[in-house]
Amino acid sequence: MRSDPADYELIAPGTLQAVVALLAEEPGKWLPIAGGTDLMVQYAAGKLPAKKLVSIWNLPELRGIEVLPEEVTIGAGCTYTELREHDVIAHEFPLLASAARWTGGIANQNRGTLGGNIVNASPAADSLPALLAYEAELILTSVRGDRRVPYVGFHTGYKKMKLAPHELIRAICLRRGFSGYLHYSRKVGARNAQAISKVCVAALGRLRGTGEGGVIEEIRIALGSVAPVPLRLTEVERMVSGKTVDPELVREAKKAVAAAIRPIDDIRSTARYRAAVTANLVAEFLEQLRATGKAA
Amino acid sequence: MSHSSEHRGKCELSFTVNGKAETIRVFPMERLLDVLRNNLGRTGTKEGCGEGECGSCSVLMDGKLVNSCLVPALQAVGSSLTTIEGLAEGPQLSALQAAFLECGGAQCGICTPGMILSASHLLHKKAEPTLDEIREALAGNLCRCTGYMQIFEAVAEASRRKNPA
Repeated sequence: MRSDPADYELIAPGTLQAVVALLAEEPGKWLPIAGGTDLMVQYAAGKLPAKKLVSIWNLPELRGIEVLPEEVTIGAGCTYTELREHDVIAHEFPLLASAARWTGGIANQNRGTLGGNIVNASPAADSLPALLAYEAELILTSVRGDRRVPYVGFHTGYKKMKLAPHELIRAICLRRGFSGYLHYSRKVGARNAQAISKVCVAALGRLRGTGEGGVIEEIRIALGSVAPVPLRLTEVERMVSGKTVDPELVREAKKAVAAAIRPIDDIRSTARYRAAVTANLVAEFLEQLRATGKAA
Repeated sequence: MSHSSEHRGKCELSFTVNGKAETIRVFPMERLLDVLRNNLGRTGTKEGCGEGECGSCSVLMDGKLVNSCLVPALQAVGSSLTTIEGLAEGPQLSALQAAFLECGGAQCGICTPGMILSASHLLHKKAEPTLDEIREALAGNLCRCTGYMQIFEAVAEASRRKNPA
């Protein structure tokens, strides 16, 4: 049953200060709406419980990507289009740029925002594994000011997160300096555009030493759609760190991947398929990482 | 963005549609799609899925392609909107419209306005797109008739006409 627009309030105060004041005045009563690519779908289906919405679309304080010497600060209101078209994001953070490129279609990329993707908290969100891999930090804002928290641990369970009702994500910070790394990302879905991922991988790593003796100096592997929250495979990372990639290590890593993930059967895929594909993708990443040693 | 002081109820919203200034009184959460069709009579914009998957309701908002089914009317305030009705100049079809007709890019017609607006958005960004770029630009627009090939050809043909070698 479609929602009746007469049942809903929507206001656009126009400044971040006015929005956070409203959130502080009546915590939990107002739902921020940015590009609407998730909320308007719930609304159309008659499944949007919040009846009071406050627009944060186009708020100047949430716009823009600031490139600093040490890090890049992405306004939470940045759209996927802005992310994929930004030179520094495309070159230094390709995992995020590719996630932006294969989320929805062009029309959704023009409206969907990175902050919205985080707060919508879908375990299948394509941008979130990239944020885990880059060890992103979030700047949360409220009438009390800003606080900065690591993204890892922000999502605590299915659609649950450490965001107080009076808070808003203001920006996402990515530390720079991944130029010597292999960046690996894959989305497995019915198709890239529009389809929600069955499995999504964002990983990066680099070897120390070259040739056959190259060992994994640093590695980060993050996954979407295989657990109630986006997952970082810290156990697997620990297991392979400092080692040379060989068939035995790849076999062991695949077993460890299977133990770490908690995929489910749903309309898009099965737990069994997801487990098999995830293990294969991690193996493919390790093979590519090994190959970087040969090239050097 | 301005809003009326009353939170509940209808409010007065202004924007331009195909260059014409419009002011209407609607609920702020009314979908832009419904406002265009029901309040402004721009029925060229079609509803397909109503959830941002099919692209039939695509319009340009300040030059950016959006699904009008997912835009609350209030967020369109002050913007400049282009719908399919805004592409032709009088009886003169745009290059894209003419190419869609000639290449067989339109059959039942439901997806066609969205396809053409997506293609128009692409050609504004990139005058001579590759086939891959055309496919990516139209990936958010579903067609159940043509099999897509004639649509891709129509976009390529329009690009060639605008940019003769």
